[in-house]
Amino acid sequence: MTPIPDRSGAEARADVPAQVPAPEQTPALEARDLSVVYPGSRGRGPARAVDGVNLRIGKGEIVALIGESGCGKSTLARALVGLVRPTGGQVLSQGRPLDYSAKALKQYRRHTQLVLQDPGGALNPKQNVYDAVALGPRLHRLTEGLPERVHGALARAGLRPPEAFVGRYPHELSGGQQQRAVIAGVLALDPMVMVADEPVASLDASVRGEILKLILHLRDELGLSALVVSHDLGLAWNIADRVAVMYLGRVVEQGTVEEVLLHPKHPYTQALLSVIPNGAEDWRPTLLTGEPPDPTAIPAGCRFHPRCGRWAAASEADRAAAACDRRELPVLTPDGARAACHLLEPNTLLPETV
Amino acid sequence: MTTPTATASRPLLEVRDLHVTYRQGGQAVPAVRGVDFTLAPGDTLGVAGESGCGKSTMALSLLRLHGDAAKVTGEVLFDGENLLTTSWSKLRAVRWAGASVVFQGAMSALNPVRTVLDQIVEPMVLHDRVGPKEAERRATELLDSVGIPARRIRSYPHEFSGGQRQRVMIAMALACRPDLIIADEPTTALDVMVQAQILELLGELVRESRIAVIMITHDLSLLAHTCDRLAVMYAGRIVELGPSRQVLKDPQHPYTRSLSQAFPTIGDPASRRAPAGLPGDPPRPGENDQGCAFAPRCPEAEESCRSGELLLWPTGPGRSAACRHVPPQHGGTS
Amino acid sequence: MSAAQTATEPVHAEAPAAAPVPPRFAAARRFARAFRGRPAGVAGLSILLLFTLLALLAPAFIGPDQLDVTKVNGPLLAAPSGSYPLGTDQAGRSVLLLLIWGSRESLEIGVLATVLTVVFGSAIGIVAGHFGGFVGRALMHVTDWFIALPSLPLAISLAAVLGQGSASITIAIAVTSWTATARLVRAQTLAVEARPFVERARALGAGNWQIMLRQVLPNVMPLILVSSTLTVAGSLLSEATLTFLGLGSPTDVTWGEMIHDAFFGGAFTADAWWYLLPPGLAILAVVLGFTLTGRAVEHVLDPRMENK
Repeated sequence: MTPIPDRSGAEARADVPAQVPAPEQTPALEARDLSVVYPGSRGRGPARAVDGVNLRIGKGEIVALIGESGCGKSTLARALVGLVRPTGGQVLSQGRPLDYSAKALKQYRRHTQLVLQDPGGALNPKQNVYDAVALGPRLHRLTEGLPERVHGALARAGLRPPEAFVGRYPHELSGGQQQRAVIAGVLALDPMVMVADEPVASLDASVRGEILKLILHLRDELGLSALVVSHDLGLAWNIADRVAVMYLGRVVEQGTVEEVLLHPKHPYTQALLSVIPNGAEDWRPTLLTGEPPDPTAIPAGCRFHPRCGRWAAASEADRAAAACDRRELPVLTPDGARAACHLLEPNTLLPETV
Repeated sequence: MTTPTATASRPLLEVRDLHVTYRQGGQAVPAVRGVDFTLAPGDTLGVAGESGCGKSTMALSLLRLHGDAAKVTGEVLFDGENLLTTSWSKLRAVRWAGASVVFQGAMSALNPVRTVLDQIVEPMVLHDRVGPKEAERRATELLDSVGIPARRIRSYPHEFSGGQRQRVMIAMALACRPDLIIADEPTTALDVMVQAQILELLGELVRESRIAVIMITHDLSLLAHTCDRLAVMYAGRIVELGPSRQVLKDPQHPYTRSLSQAFPTIGDPASRRAPAGLPGDPPRPGENDQGCAFAPRCPEAEESCRSGELLLWPTGPGRSAACRHVPPQHGGTS
Repeated sequence: MSAAQTATEPVHAEAPAAAPVPPRFAAARRFARAFRGRPAGVAGLSILLLFTLLALLAPAFIGPDQLDVTKVNGPLLAAPSGSYPLGTDQAGRSVLLLLIWGSRESLEIGVLATVLTVVFGSAIGIVAGHFGGFVGRALMHVTDWFIALPSLPLAISLAAVLGQGSASITIAIAVTSWTATARLVRAQTLAVEARPFVERARALGAGNWQIMLRQVLPNVMPLILVSSTLTVAGSLLSEATLTFLGLGSPTDVTWGEMIHDAFFGGAFTADAWWYLLPPGLAILAVVLGFTLTGRAVEHVLDPRMENK
């Protein structure tokens, strides 16, 4: 089952320009065994939105976090910027655990920033672009040379000339310009890490590429590290160095973009890849059936097994050996295995991918 | 109308020189500026373009769904009847049974205080004049065919997930066995996996019952697999029209080219760490009437593109495009 | 621009040109322009300005002698005539002068009660909406108690405690009407807080007060403004009601007091319509003025209202 045909030739060339930073560097941002559990409400059990995640974003690295809605990716993003307090595990910034005192958090927010999905909603409709971009610097009392700072940030975010934009209000901007203004608001604080939650999901196709270009450019020019949360694997191919695929609160597959997208190991990643139209005549998506994942009712064993095609197709003997429906999977670590799947282990009879 | 199938059956829908103009703050804002196309029974047409290009306005104006807010001119012949001039009672009949719409936001399009079964049964009882028992049987069947199990038909909209609600919307659209379904961004707010499921479902149902479909989305690659033909709109006009695979693989208009590159093919080294976009913003409606509307953002624009009027012309078998750089070629249809 | 240049050192003289800051109050100017486009609002505002002007200028042409029952010497309950355009009351005072003088106290009570209501109600509403949890619930419980208080008996007992007169009436109105504003503002605060720009501000490092004052308040302000124009109208009516019931000070001249005097002073039996009607019509006109202005402000601030 090859999800996307005709890529053996492409991959040889695509593998070349890998710019993964050396692993011994202190990562810019790291999640260690992070979990976020929301208390239950209205007769439902507690929601384990993030349930043990290890994730590392190196300096100057772009990591894509991929998953469907309800997989916990947005909660993870908010936990990483300190907006949601984890119920377990740690967030480490430059190797130091995050301190949740009000003062330390404010300090932390100077250099770790969040970009939201809906740029129209992320800008206060009563504030013009100048005030929206100046919001961060004013909160951190960087008022000396504020106009220059704001104009510089606008120019770097691609709103040129800045003076044409400072007086405008959000509703007078196009979607792409709004997202640029949001990014300028982040840049005005000279951050080291940017966490972007679906930064292009609500934008038009043509604008999408422009915003992604900007994120790539900021990494190249300013050495910005970025975690980009998305449901779109194509986005990872477009800008990311590494990618982590999340399902029901856990990372199920991780690795460099080339590894994960060209040689996916986990059946979930394979299914996600297969539903992207590729223009081929014989394109047939692998559709997952079953109920959408629910973080208040996480299945025992491998949490993907109720929807897993590989499990469904396995022989009785393999099922007995793998025991996906009972046996817990270890939590992936950045230096460990690439995919969390019992049916990948060498003692099972199934080959990794066919 | 040169294809042999077209002579056998007259077109289901024929749109001629459709213009839609909004009134906004005392100004006339042209949203659709001359659209022509035909649709045979069972045909599927995808309409792609950026937000604000007029694609939704165009599709909804076919059934006069804008009310008095917009002025619609031209001809929309549905089974030979001009929907733009016909009486309200005839139009209502068409809206009930002839053509139905699947809207983008299923939550707001469904009545929150009534069960989905009630909402599907109502048009059947009112329009098809079937008994409530028979209507309920048909509704159960329909919901089953879109993957909603019989035990859930008496649930309320909020008890369903987004994907399931969109399935209910599709079942409702099919309730009175229409000849045409207009789907306005039916999967935009949904996850990739659910999106694939919904499109697969829609494709299946349409193939089985020869329902014609007009599907509107901003994602070109999705349309290529679900629709036979593809129309790309820019600034209120169709700028390219043709068989979807050809349009996607070998786009003739520079705008289509940049749209098709916006969604990368995974594994294609050309798009690795190189997202493709299109600089600039789409023109605001009514901003500029001279020449090709795409010229200000077009990488291939020349001085001659900025004046005169540009029309869609045939550029190959079944294909047409509105670009000076594509040589006209007869034998195509528009 | 020139002020900025003279204020900064010569080195920075070019700085404003390089990085101009957008002009302030651009929004206010746009608001004024849009407001002028709504004739009903302009009419309403004109009514209010006229009454305000009369109230402010009244001391210039009305002396205490003309309002003192013991010093006036006009005919009693006389119908309108050349020297008394609106007739006289049972003490021989000019109804026109009473009407003009009465606008001072009436408007004062209305506006003061509204300011109290709006400031207190908005503060409670925003804090309750922002904090949610225990604080929010506690505040809303307190609000619920006040809603449950019957306004008329409360006002009567307040007047009994504080003594008759405008102060107790103002407080009575404020105490009974702030709850509505608080509820309204809290609901709007909850809606605003759910929008992404609040999360963005938080992610940029904003604290609770900065979010409430800089992000939420400007977005709740239009609603507060509109509701306050309606509150003024309500306050005027309450003032009339309470004074009519005899809670006002008999020595004050307000519109409510005039109706009270007219009613209990035998204007009905004497068929003295000129004494009863003018204060009623004045209340109507001012309430209408506030309502029209409020509606226009609402429309201008929320362009989506256009279609309704």
